[in-house]
Amino acid sequence: MKNFKLYIPVAVFAVLAVFMWQGLFLDTRTLPSVLIDRPLPEFELRSLEMGDRLLTTADLPDEPFILNIWGSYCLPCLQENPIFMSAKERGIIPIIGLNYKDRDDAARNWLDINGNPFDLNIIDDNGRYGIDLGVYGAPETFLVDANGVIRFKHIGVINYRIWEDEIMPAIAAIRAGGNS
Amino acid sequence: MIRRPQTLLLSLLLMTGLLFLVSPVQAQVDVYEFETTAQEQRFRQLSNEFRCPMCQNANLTSSPGGVAADLRREIYRMILEGQTDAEIEQFMLSRYGDFVLYRPRLTLQTVLLWFGPLLFLLLGAWVAWNIIRRSAENPASASGISASDTEDENNSGKDHAPAVVISSEERERLNRLLSDMPSAPTSDNTGR
Amino acid sequence: MIPELGNFALILAFCLSVLLGFIPMIGAARNNVLWMSLARPLTVGVFVFLSISLFVLGYSFVADDFSVQFVASHSNTMLPIYYKITAVWGGHEGSFLFWTWMLGGWMLAVCIFSKAMPDEFVARVLAIMGLICVGYTLFMLATSNPFDRVLPFPPADGADLNAALQDFAFIIHPPSLYMGYVGFSVVFAFAIAALISGRLDAAWARWCRPWANAAWAILTLGLSLGSWWAYYELGWGGWWAWDPVENPPLITWLLGAAMIHSLAATEKRGVFKSWTVLLAIMAFASSLLGTFITRSGLLTSVHAFATDPTRGVYILGFLALIIGGSLILYAVRAPQLKSEFGFGSFSREVFLLANNLILVVASAAILLGTLYPMVYQAMSGGDLISVGPPFFNTIFVPLMGILVVLMAIGPISRWKRTSFAHLRAQLGKVAIAAVSLGVVIPVLLTMDVPFGTIGTAVLALWVIFSMASDIKTKIANKSSVVSGLRSLPVSYWGMTLAHFGFVMTMAGACLTSIYSIERSVLLQAGQSAELGRYTFRFEGTRYVEGPNFIADEATIVVSRGGEFYKNLYPQKRLYVASGTPTSQMGIDGRFLRDLFTTLGDQRENGAWSMTVYVKPFVRWIWIGTIFIAFGGILAVTDKRYRQFKVKQSEKVARDNPGTTLAGEIV
Repeated sequence: MKNFKLYIPVAVFAVLAVFMWQGLFLDTRTLPSVLIDRPLPEFELRSLEMGDRLLTTADLPDEPFILNIWGSYCLPCLQENPIFMSAKERGIIPIIGLNYKDRDDAARNWLDINGNPFDLNIIDDNGRYGIDLGVYGAPETFLVDANGVIRFKHIGVINYRIWEDEIMPAIAAIRAGGNS
Repeated sequence: MIRRPQTLLLSLLLMTGLLFLVSPVQAQVDVYEFETTAQEQRFRQLSNEFRCPMCQNANLTSSPGGVAADLRREIYRMILEGQTDAEIEQFMLSRYGDFVLYRPRLTLQTVLLWFGPLLFLLLGAWVAWNIIRRSAENPASASGISASDTEDENNSGKDHAPAVVISSEERERLNRLLSDMPSAPTSDNTGR
Repeated sequence: MIPELGNFALILAFCLSVLLGFIPMIGAARNNVLWMSLARPLTVGVFVFLSISLFVLGYSFVADDFSVQFVASHSNTMLPIYYKITAVWGGHEGSFLFWTWMLGGWMLAVCIFSKAMPDEFVARVLAIMGLICVGYTLFMLATSNPFDRVLPFPPADGADLNAALQDFAFIIHPPSLYMGYVGFSVVFAFAIAALISGRLDAAWARWCRPWANAAWAILTLGLSLGSWWAYYELGWGGWWAWDPVENPPLITWLLGAAMIHSLAATEKRGVFKSWTVLLAIMAFASSLLGTFITRSGLLTSVHAFATDPTRGVYILGFLALIIGGSLILYAVRAPQLKSEFGFGSFSREVFLLANNLILVVASAAILLGTLYPMVYQAMSGGDLISVGPPFFNTIFVPLMGILVVLMAIGPISRWKRTSFAHLRAQLGKVAIAAVSLGVVIPVLLTMDVPFGTIGTAVLALWVIFSMASDIKTKIANKSSVVSGLRSLPVSYWGMTLAHFGFVMTMAGACLTSIYSIERSVLLQAGQSAELGRYTFRFEGTRYVEGPNFIADEATIVVSRGGEFYKNLYPQKRLYVASGTPTSQMGIDGRFLRDLFTTLGDQRENGAWSMTVYVKPFVRWIWIGTIFIAFGGILAVTDKRYRQFKVKQSEKVARDNPGTTLAGEIV
């Protein structure tokens, strides 16, 4: 090893290889939300249920709730619907829908057919509010605490495992945090 | 993740791991009316420098994704409202994070990125300078004596006795002579 | 049954490569002539079985055998025959087989064109390539076998080849890119063989140079075709996106360019030996890195293959083994590779060193930018950043500027020592002419002071005038210009053409970035839009049918100064089998500018959205690369590579590893 400088290339390569090995197991597709721990952005939007009356953040529950971004065109939304339905039946947590870039009639039709787990459906037909939320496609799911602060975000479909392993503990953590 | 119906099939294929992904093949054409060409240029420039948050790796200009079109619309709106580039960047940043900036911000964590190339250049120049200096300082080199190991800093090189025999001109002449005589038996030596 | 034949041939190719990887290598170490002599027959065997395998896959495509998974997912009965055949490289598994077959092809070429080299050396080179082939074939058999079946229920029809790939460029781009890419494994094998034997001399460099040139020239074409394809296929006039998949081939190309220059010094002057070897290893490593990034999904890219972590782990393991091993071998053996001669601090060697410095720094910077997001994510615990064109352009453009400045000086300077007076005599007038014309012409043409254009023009003229001046000096004492030009060696012309091409590509890239204009409009039939000196009138669309797609085709009448110029026909296609919409541009390509039209979609009142572009000088980018590649190929044909026959005794080579010319003549 007297010519230690000649070992520099292999050392550099080793460092790179370690990073690449780590990189293999990184998820480069899911953007971490920059909105975590920030208040839910203000909005003034129609709802599916209440005619012309415009909803604002004041219409949202005073307790922790789920905000789910969905659309009738979105197949994974269909997949996660039963999970939300059973959560609603068991009264676990209020669920607010954000109907993202959809047509009103298609959305109502979808809810009629598949069941409506949402306590309220906010309409974001041009995706403008979605941008404020950093949404880049349905489905995405936020957890908002009693103070209206975003505490958790899940991108993509929610299945039973994710529900049990991620969403429920997150809800519990928010409730615990809220009580303390 | 399946986002929009038209990409359903594409996404299904993707999930099964079957597709060669050259996704944005459909040209994106937005028709926006600008008051000045400067505004239009800024629109194009900005659309090129923000990354579409949902696509594989494409800027807003070339992305077929729904959210990319929405973001282009927002950029258009903000330009018409007279917002500065910095304000528009802040808008994107506060919603989608650093991921959407193709020009990474200079922070403590990106110092190495932005100044790394300069560092490489200086380091390389320093190494090259040492090589040149040693080669030039070595009085033997000028008279065609083999300098020991000019490429790498190498102490062991000094242990080897320099093999002094012919000058480079002589060697070149030899080479010339030999290459004119393809099968000359002496060509055995040129190779060595 | 037939696909199983292909699979079987692949297994046989694997077995033969194992034999090839070990027997000749051991033979060379023990000086066993019989074992060494097996290298050539085994190589032919590997190539034959890889060919059978590839042919069977092609046959499965042509025969619409959708029981083969790879065929089912990349073809369709409606797909035209030429795309069925080329769909072989339309996805991960098939393209890897094609890639491996290319390696087999290069191995066969080494077999054929290595008559002048000593058997021991050929045995080692082929064995090293055999080991690489072991890795590739094993990778296919273990993780991505193109002959996997969908049984017992094969689909009735295939999912179709990705619509974006159904284009003429798809037929030629992957083969040329792969061929160039894989060609660097030859130079790598040469370098490793030199390290093992400790023999690296002018003869080695002379054997190596044609291979390095050929691989590099072909890679140039492959990259250029990819860029041209992106330009006319993706529909927004971009020709280089600095995507993580595009960057590794560019790194390989830059390192290859550095290696070609360093090899020149190694051959002519016996210097930079261990550096040349290191470059050969790095160039090959970067080609493997490109494979790794493309096929593991390590980095998010527009055109990565679908991802599978086991593949990534496998390729990374292979990469670690072969590159890590090579670099350790390098560290151990490099001290034996001595420079034969020194050089003055102002000489051609120094300019080549500077060239290498710039090219390697550029490569390192691109690698840094490509991998930085990954490192950032790993270090920050999940935060994502993007490094895109603004970063790469900021770094790359100044470096290339310096390179172009040096490009004029290097060829004029002399080996060993060059005097400043000599350079001033040769380049003084060149500098004055380049600066004055480079400033005056753009100012007169634009009646403005366009700094970007002036910079581009000065640098381009600087190189071109220096070439002209050099040629003029070289032929000054010849009887006539023609005989003078003829007397210049072919390799000199190769260099000059390649340099000229590089300048043309750079100038085209700069000028098109500065002067491209575009406009997006909504037009009803009969309406028109102005852009630059051109008027684009939209005449309406008509429905057209292709073999496997339907399309709306617009007629756009282009006129200039009120006079009819040309019709352009951009299309909006829908590929029926996959339901994928694509855009087909309407392009009028001329030497000085392209007109480029993209059809968007139909809006209210039958109006169509469309974008029209005028892109001056964009074609220079690709024309320049043709000069580069042609120059590289021309240099390969230099007669000194054919004349140089060496039949030395192998004993001497082993007894005196790393001997110098001087040492041996003693």
